[in-house]
Amino acid sequence: MAARNVAMREAIRRALREEMQRDEDVFVMGEEVAYWQGTHRVTRGFLEEFGERRVRDTPISEMAIGGLAVGAAMAGLRPVAEFMTINFAFLALDAIANHAAKVRYFFDGMFKVPLVYRAASGWGNQATASHSHAPEPIFAHFPGLFVGCPSNSLDAYGMLKASIRDDNPVLFTESIALYPKPSPMPDDLDEDYLIPIGKGDIKREGADVTLVAYARGVDWALQAARQLARDGVEAEVVDLRWLRPLDMELVYKSFKKTNRCVIVEESLPMYSFGGEIAANLQERMFDYMDAPIKRVAAEDVPLPYSKDIELLALPDAQKVVDAVKEIL
Amino acid sequence: MVYLPTDMKKQIAIAAEGKAMASPTKEMLLDWYRQMVLIREFEETCHRLYEEKRITGVYLHLYSGHEASGVGSMAALRATDHVITAYRDHGIALILGMDPKAVMAEMMGKKTGSSGGKGGSMHLASKDHNFWGGYAIVGGHLPLAAGIAMEARYRGKDDVTLTYVGDGATNNGYFHESLNMSAIWDLPVVWIIENNGYGMGTEVERASGQIELHRKAEAYGIKSFGRVDAQNALEVYAVATKAVEYARKNGPAVIEHVTYRYRGHGVSDKQYDARDDMSAELKKWMETREPIKILRDCIESKYGDVNEILARHEADAERIVAESVAFAEASEMPSSYEDLLQNTYVASDLVYKTDQSVGAGID
Ligand SMILES: Cc1ncc(C[n+]2csc(CCOP(=O)(O)OP(=O)(O)O)c2C)c(N)n1
Ligand SMILES: [Mg+2]
Repeated sequence: MAARNVAMREAIRRALREEMQRDEDVFVMGEEVAYWQGTHRVTRGFLEEFGERRVRDTPISEMAIGGLAVGAAMAGLRPVAEFMTINFAFLALDAIANHAAKVRYFFDGMFKVPLVYRAASGWGNQATASHSHAPEPIFAHFPGLFVGCPSNSLDAYGMLKASIRDDNPVLFTESIALYPKPSPMPDDLDEDYLIPIGKGDIKREGADVTLVAYARGVDWALQAARQLARDGVEAEVVDLRWLRPLDMELVYKSFKKTNRCVIVEESLPMYSFGGEIAANLQERMFDYMDAPIKRVAAEDVPLPYSKDIELLALPDAQKVVDAVKEIL
Repeated sequence: MVYLPTDMKKQIAIAAEGKAMASPTKEMLLDWYRQMVLIREFEETCHRLYEEKRITGVYLHLYSGHEASGVGSMAALRATDHVITAYRDHGIALILGMDPKAVMAEMMGKKTGSSGGKGGSMHLASKDHNFWGGYAIVGGHLPLAAGIAMEARYRGKDDVTLTYVGDGATNNGYFHESLNMSAIWDLPVVWIIENNGYGMGTEVERASGQIELHRKAEAYGIKSFGRVDAQNALEVYAVATKAVEYARKNGPAVIEHVTYRYRGHGVSDKQYDARDDMSAELKKWMETREPIKILRDCIESKYGDVNEILARHEADAERIVAESVAFAEASEMPSSYEDLLQNTYVASDLVYKTDQSVGAGID
């Protein structure tokens, strides 16, 4: 099948654009999404194509962005609300955690909240402590909300489409570092290409160790796997893609084969993705475990501005390789 | 789609209350000039260094164009008063007398930087100067300002907290909650809204239902000193003097500074390159509302030929900034794990720590 390399940013733009063309109830709002063409250029051209009614610049009012989307969704629209970066979604955490995630539950199914929160996420580029978070696990904490975190262009396309079409609220994060990264998309891609919410994916097969990751962590895991292969170690890379629901079945299947696991994430180490996966593994896969489960995450520190120490704090492929070597 | 650039006339409505001027002395005016040319030289140098990749990162928001706003208002303070702002903080730091060397070193993430390289451009601060910092989350510093002012009220001191906040930030919940609390607790805060027409690419008119932003504060019962032409340091000073004195005795006050950013939102802002209407607007401000020229004209009209001394200030600014660059570039980068981790927590005997403790930081 013929394929072409497409940057993740373009894939997300395409998915969003097609969904807006497909369904008049889908609208976009957020800071600088219209005239500025999106801080990360995801919504470039949208204002021209869809007009101000459906492409709305908001004030710097995250609480209201978060909550207005809930109301609009309850009333039957399908908002795609953008947080310029996920750092600013903290200001909307109440609307997200208490209302987007819960109104359906506390009114016992009376309402649906078919919304998507999109947010650029991740560390690096000396963005400094308050602009340097990959806090997806925080949002995945809350039942009632789904959380999707793609690692490549095709996944981003199919995951965002599913998120928009699904009747549940979804928080969808987009790694800033992956926006420009090209990866293959088939030429004859079906506009209804949907990745089921909660379905993980094997990004590389191998029998010696399982690397579990999501979003940018998948990149590090794949790089590490290539490096390990040179030493004859075949790593299997499991991309969970969604933090909620979590496709543990896929992890168990891989783990039964490899009996070893390193979990890779961009986020902070305490109360984390890594902790969650490891806990599930030891509960269910104790009999298959040949070595301690390792976690590679960011250092347990707020991110500094200065370049060299910022890099020290971040996970990378080498840290993954080192962790694997400790348990082989 | 029709795009409406900010209507300058609407923006420059000068409040009647600013008219009766406190008169600064000749020394003050000359010193303001010194401060303003230092800021301009510093900011334009930062801009150049960024283009040359000698300053790195993604955020660098310059104060060029805003000089009179900071200089005129801080001149109304006394040494024990407090200042806090957002990320457009270089000018504020320099006005307060922070060492340009430490500020430039912070831009480059050096150990000798005012925040040891941890904070960068958006997080300058100096305890010695009662400068409580620059903050990067829009509106996030506003409740902190109220808290700093509360300490003064609580302890019976009459120090004022001068707080700068952007036009865009007035649409954020932080703004409304903080202003309201400052009103009900009579906190000595002077809220200065630096209305430069835009929050990133969004004009005030597209972001705020009330475009006279100081009126938002009025709605909470805060005393408004109206709008001020903040390209004119003398007008800024006159109004700030009154507002600061009011806040010292009574409670919160608000002033709306009408100003303009010369270098766009930040280094990533390409709007002025891409859009003729915006570059024309910028040109107009530079040609007709240039704060350094306005001050210079004023000094000359009052005191005649001051060329020599102004030229000296300009030469000094160049020298000081060049020295700051040399100092910063010669300084060491933080590079160790210890550099990374230190100051996450206060070292404390009250924290139980063993070799196996997780999450207590190191000291
Ligand atoms: C809570 C939050 N939302 C969004 C941003 C991104 N952002 C940074 S500055 C800015 C514009 C602020 O404009 P304004 O308050 O007018 O200040 P100015 O930059 O003009 O000085 C935005 C949207 C942020 N830093 N924090
Ligand atoms: Mg502004």
